[in-house]
Amino acid sequence: MNDEYILDMKKITKTFPGVKALSDVSFACRYGEIHALLGENGAGKSTLIKVLSAAFQPDSGEIYFKGKLFAHQNPISAQQAGIGVIYQEFNLVPYLSIAENIFLGNEPVTKAGLVDRKKMDSAAEEILKGLGLNLNVRTSAHKLSVAEQQMIEIAKTLSLNAELIVMDEPTATLSDHEIEFLFSTILRLKQQGKTIIYISHRLEEIFRVCDRVSVLKDGKYIGSKDVSDIDKEILIHMMVGRTLSDYFPVNKAKRGDKVLEVKNLTRKGVFKNISFDVYEGEILGLSGLVGAGRTEVVRAVFGADPFDSGEILMYGKPLKIRKPINAIRNSIGFATEDRKQQGLVLGLSVKKNITLTVLEHIRKYFLLQMKKEKALVNYFIKTLKIAAKDQDVLVRTLSGGNQQKVVLAKWLAHDSKVLILDEPTRGIDVGAKTEIYNLMRELTKKGKAIVMISSELLEVIGISDRIIVMNQGRFTGELSAENATEEAVMKFAIGGVE
Amino acid sequence: MKEKTLTNSRYHNRIEFSSFFEKYGMLVVLGVLFLACSLISSVFLRPSNLFNITRQVSVIGIISIGMTFVILTGGIDLSVGSVYAFATLVITGLKHLGAVPAAVIALVISMVWGLLAGILVTKGRLQPFIATLGLMTGVVGFGLTFSRGQPILGAPEGLKFIGQGTLFGIVPFQSILFIITAAAAHIILNRTRLGRHVYAVGGNEEGSRLSGISVDNVKITVYVVSSFLAGFAGVITANHMNFGEANIGSGMELDAIAAVAVGGTTLGGGSGGAAGTVIGVLIIGVLNNLLNLINVPGYTQKIVKGVIIIAAVLLQSVQENRKK
Ligand SMILES: Nc1ncnc2c1ncn2[C@@H]1O[C@H](COP(=O)(O)OP(=O)(O)OP(=O)(O)O)[C@@H](O)[C@H]1O
Ligand SMILES: [Mg+2]
Repeated sequence: MNDEYILDMKKITKTFPGVKALSDVSFACRYGEIHALLGENGAGKSTLIKVLSAAFQPDSGEIYFKGKLFAHQNPISAQQAGIGVIYQEFNLVPYLSIAENIFLGNEPVTKAGLVDRKKMDSAAEEILKGLGLNLNVRTSAHKLSVAEQQMIEIAKTLSLNAELIVMDEPTATLSDHEIEFLFSTILRLKQQGKTIIYISHRLEEIFRVCDRVSVLKDGKYIGSKDVSDIDKEILIHMMVGRTLSDYFPVNKAKRGDKVLEVKNLTRKGVFKNISFDVYEGEILGLSGLVGAGRTEVVRAVFGADPFDSGEILMYGKPLKIRKPINAIRNSIGFATEDRKQQGLVLGLSVKKNITLTVLEHIRKYFLLQMKKEKALVNYFIKTLKIAAKDQDVLVRTLSGGNQQKVVLAKWLAHDSKVLILDEPTRGIDVGAKTEIYNLMRELTKKGKAIVMISSELLEVIGISDRIIVMNQGRFTGELSAENATEEAVMKFAIGGVE
Repeated sequence: MKEKTLTNSRYHNRIEFSSFFEKYGMLVVLGVLFLACSLISSVFLRPSNLFNITRQVSVIGIISIGMTFVILTGGIDLSVGSVYAFATLVITGLKHLGAVPAAVIALVISMVWGLLAGILVTKGRLQPFIATLGLMTGVVGFGLTFSRGQPILGAPEGLKFIGQGTLFGIVPFQSILFIITAAAAHIILNRTRLGRHVYAVGGNEEGSRLSGISVDNVKITVYVVSSFLAGFAGVITANHMNFGEANIGSGMELDAIAAVAVGGTTLGGGSGGAAGTVIGVLIIGVLNNLLNLINVPGYTQKIVKGVIIIAAVLLQSVQENRKK
């Protein structure tokens, strides 16, 4: 075998009932490089990784790891052989300590056969130090932030001496400074001689940390390039097969009447005196660092969480919102950031998820009209380019980005006057992002008002007509589209008040 | 254009064995069992025997349909046997009011039991297992008090045909009621808003709440449906056997749960359905019939049934795992 490559996956094919997720994909990775794996939603990236980690068995094809045939029947033996995967959903046990989580299933034992806690704690400390982290290893996992949990997942792979570490969309749930820390960790790992496969839809990141990039499209391998040889346009062309001109739509809608007004909304210990309003035809961006309380505020507006004081008005009329249904009846929709726990019923089909909020409108007497339902769903599958075999496949089997599109479709179908979108493009590929931005603009042209939360600064600035910024549960500033620069938003986000 | 064909080519429509089996697995099991029975016993295929089976499964079948609703939401209803028995007492005990009023009162009281279970589960935040376990015991107690511990003999005249009657002299009326119940349940679960809500709540409660579904109302409704159908089954039995008894339903909740599970509805909720339950009921019913036809002793029958229930559910979970 060629000893330049730590990993050489050859002609991997993997089919699911009715879908060819990977066909004849060959993918190779050099020792010590950071290798980006890119492609549109449903291209097969996650599937390729699951084949590598033996979570899936391929139909055909071979994997060589460090020059030797790598054939494992289950993820545990693949891990022990030196491949560590950090999936987007973490697998930490909430009430075990950091050290216990790192060594879960791999605990050092004393001669008597008991867990050697001392040794475990000191080994865990050692690993965390190597990652530049200063955490008490006895802290239980549920007290950690998302970014810290991710670091523990990385530590876990290191405890098993992983030489190849795969990260599937690691930055999707991180705030900007957490992303910086992750990057420094990744570079540190590289210095220590580890090889890293990095999956992300945020192309800027690729140019910041990656050495090489490989692209998949529709389950096929398109090619590999050195990052230094390409630019963003070439990359997008490789991924979507065409160039994308306008990233953010420019023609904005006319601003109409004030639709929603939130006055002095307060929830003790979470957010205080938050006021904002949205007009017809307007996209209001809600910005701030992760943990600033943005999601908490919109959840309260929607009735998902209670609040202590404050008022919510629609066209000047006060609303009584105590449950989500009250908000929905008053024509407020809310696409949540967490699709698995809150946005979707994973065990139901694409169709049944999309129409869950609109069953009223597709029924006649008591019966749902299947034809009408089918047509409605078809429309959204087409406009959002949801990659699914048909309407009846379970949402569980869709790729991450396509699941996100289903969440959006569900609330777009509801056609409410005010639409709250929490991280709407999380995990969505570049092409589809533009599609979604266009759709948001279309909606505002029909007089809808949109409130959008996004941790991607460029996105908030690019799409919003107005931006309000929060820091630690408080309002810190408001910016019009003209004045919104990255610096200006960041200044408010880290707490600077006007 | 080229892009389009590329995308389409990924989705091939070959129906694979695994996905076929996944969908129709238990139907295949029923078919095989049916075939085996007809080979083992010469009596099995006689119309009289076949209709005998459909009559025997009707009452437990109706109760299992109700149980399906509850299990689909991720709950469980242990009180169905008691509610069923209580209904037999009400209709026989109130026979002086006439058949129809007595039956209506029996059904209404059954629904009240369900309402109670639903409120305990939702507003009282009790685990369904505990809430309905309490109800299961309590209702039998009420029944024993009401009947002074004795069976109540004689159902009122006027509705006996629903328990004893036949259509064309051979099709048991009970079986027709079972089929109607199952068909109605199938339509409700698949074609109505309530049905969609039942699946959504069972699949993801928080997600359902955030979609504007009143989770509590859905849950209360399924317990009322379950108790109503248990009471309906009780009315049939009282008219069939011509008596009522407080303990007549003991163990039926477990038979119903077994039928639902064999029929492919997962106990965690969110997937399965009425059609599966009908098949589950038939599998157990046909098996019972066969064991009787070939004179397997009662104790052994229990062992065989236990094994079959576990094997059927195991088969489904193996399939589930293979999909991953
Ligand atoms: N368990 C499964 N059962 C059936 N189909 C599946 C399963 N897992 C993945 N697929 C299908 O395989 C294809 C590739 O999915 P995969 O998750 O690998 O995409 P991806 O490149 O990771 O996309 P994303 O960027 O959206 O995460 C999709 O069409 C998906 O629907
Ligand atoms: Mg993926």
